[in-house]
Amino acid sequence: MNNPKEHKRLVLVLVAGVIFMFGFCYMLVPFYKLVCKQIGFNGQSVQTATVPSANMPVDHTRTIKVDFVTVVHGDLNFQFLPLQRHIEVHPGETKLIYFYAQNQTGHEITVQAIPSITPSDAARFLKKTECFCFTQQYFFNNERADMPVYFYVDPSVPKNIHEMTLAYTLYDQTGFIKKQEHFTKGRIDL
Amino acid sequence: MNEALSHHGDAHADSGAHGPDKGFKRWLFTTNHKDIGTLYLTFSLIMLFVGGFMALVIRLELFEPGKVLINPELFNQMTTMHGLIMVFGVIMPAMAGLANWLIPMMIGAPDMALPRLNNWSFWLLPFAFSMLGSTLLMSGPAPDFGWTFYAPLSTTYGPKSTDFFIFSIHMMGASSIMAALNIVVTIFNMRAPGMTLMKMPIFVWNWLVTAFLLLAVMPVLAGCVTMMLMDRHFHTSFFNAAGGGDPILFQHVFWFFGHPEVYILILPGFGVISEIIPTFSRKKLFGYTSMVYATIMIAFLGFLVWMHHMFTTGAPFAAQLFFMYVTMLVAVPTGIKVFNWVATIFKGSITFETPMLFALGFLIMFTIGGFSGLMLALVPSDYQYRDSYFVVAHFHYVLVSGSLFTIFAAVYYWLPKWTGNMYSEKLGQWHFWLSVIGMNVAFLPMHFLGLAGMPRRIPDYALQFTDFNQICTVGAFIFGFAQLIFLYIVYQACFGPRKQALTNQVWEGAHGLEWTLPSPVPYHTFETAPQIV
Repeated sequence: MNNPKEHKRLVLVLVAGVIFMFGFCYMLVPFYKLVCKQIGFNGQSVQTATVPSANMPVDHTRTIKVDFVTVVHGDLNFQFLPLQRHIEVHPGETKLIYFYAQNQTGHEITVQAIPSITPSDAARFLKKTECFCFTQQYFFNNERADMPVYFYVDPSVPKNIHEMTLAYTLYDQTGFIKKQEHFTKGRIDL
Repeated sequence: MNEALSHHGDAHADSGAHGPDKGFKRWLFTTNHKDIGTLYLTFSLIMLFVGGFMALVIRLELFEPGKVLINPELFNQMTTMHGLIMVFGVIMPAMAGLANWLIPMMIGAPDMALPRLNNWSFWLLPFAFSMLGSTLLMSGPAPDFGWTFYAPLSTTYGPKSTDFFIFSIHMMGASSIMAALNIVVTIFNMRAPGMTLMKMPIFVWNWLVTAFLLLAVMPVLAGCVTMMLMDRHFHTSFFNAAGGGDPILFQHVFWFFGHPEVYILILPGFGVISEIIPTFSRKKLFGYTSMVYATIMIAFLGFLVWMHHMFTTGAPFAAQLFFMYVTMLVAVPTGIKVFNWVATIFKGSITFETPMLFALGFLIMFTIGGFSGLMLALVPSDYQYRDSYFVVAHFHYVLVSGSLFTIFAAVYYWLPKWTGNMYSEKLGQWHFWLSVIGMNVAFLPMHFLGLAGMPRRIPDYALQFTDFNQICTVGAFIFGFAQLIFLYIVYQACFGPRKQALTNQVWEGAHGLEWTLPSPVPYHTFETAPQIV
């Protein structure tokens, strides 16, 4: 009964289990990203561009009100506002919206806007063909610009959805700057 | 189940070949399961008073609105440290102490399977908690983000001392994993011949399941705090939205550990109650097999309910429904247990010694805690109750009158066996009644405070909550000071003069291998395994 060999074998199995669970914890990270993307949770699905199908019908019988909310994270000295507070769209119809941003930090800076869509059950139906939030945005000192979003609401959006909110939080990317050219596509410099 | 046995292992146990070392070295280098059990329980008792002191500071601050004693910064540190100490420093070590003392004696083994690992897993704890406690003495705040240490409170905005907190969690985690490893190996490999799994005492079964839970989720906690450390110092962004991470991910990872953790805190307690109630009802445990399967079922469901802690984080509707239903499903195996305990008492020949009083107190008040848990499990009502004092009331009912009461019950039940000295029954009754009254006066009003809208984790509150908060504070002080009686009782039983010689069985209705050993138990037991028929 007190057989060290047997103990050793069981201990090894259990230690392997412990190491697996430690790895499993890290595996939760990509798994979470995947799930979020699939269900559109937390705006993860709208950080990449979608290509609408060519013959997407426009549902003129329904109108959805989309609100825009902007937040500047922490004490970053930035002006960041939507040019329109809300817009009414028919499902399937593509709209263009501009967001105004001004760098008041007193130095050059790279920022990125992270989207979030509520209600969560509607999030995966709001799709963007082009957005300033897909990439980091470079601003020189005191630069002002209008930044574009092209989006549409998928016609398969549930019937009980009448209103959606698209919220952006603008983050200072210093420390996370990607090695790429300063990306300003579609921006209207003011 | 195992009354009929022949034992001859302990007759020559005190022949003097392997007595304990003398003095301090005995405790530092010991590999004896009884010594290590004692160390765990002593450590837990000390931490109970440390964490309890913090609880009283919190309650004193909440005696009146506005500042009473401490500023809000210190208040946050007190709530954080109180939670961490009570969960990781009191309940878990106490349960590990009971496991060390009892499992080898209950399964007829001479010691734990890996005695040196056992020594190490205990001695990590004092260092882990010294490190955690030392943050209170540093310049700058101690950890102040609540025991759940949500990101970004603990990453972007965490005080410098958070790194000490992270490493102390790592050490506690390593300690728990090694203890659990030891327990699994002991139970699988060292049972006396003839003791099949389904003949094991129910306490051992509950600890086996708990040990597997520990092995499964403590590494997840370790991974979680490691991610925090990397976010803080190594430029990753697991939980930082600016770098492409997500703070909500922290809550998923934490509660994937956190919910099984609450079953880790209670399952050994269920085992204790399942031993005590049959003894003082003088009946066999009703539904042994269903008890075993209920325990396994609770542990399994524990992995599928973590998101009920985060219903209001914007989860999709389907996910909320799934986690609500699975959470309510946990009430089924738990209900089986409660009904089995009641059925064991039914038509029993009951006496009300202190262990039985604590067991009955547990039975009633844990069920109340379970009911408030069901209320919190309902998505629509959870939106109202979340982050309010209702939650505080709920988890104190399941942790204080749940886990802590089972530990008290266990200590009273087995203390005569351990020390050979009967505790003072009169003082034990005083301790029980003051604890029950204090506990209910302290925590019952919190339900109503929560329903009326008082948020948790605040040092100040609106005027209309004053009366009930004052009642809570009075109750907390009654409960706190009642524990000094417990301290005295344990001291008397350990070091006081022997009052009477105790039989092996100690309690009239007690059954099991540990009750075949002399009281006090010799230093070495079951060197020759007993034969279970």
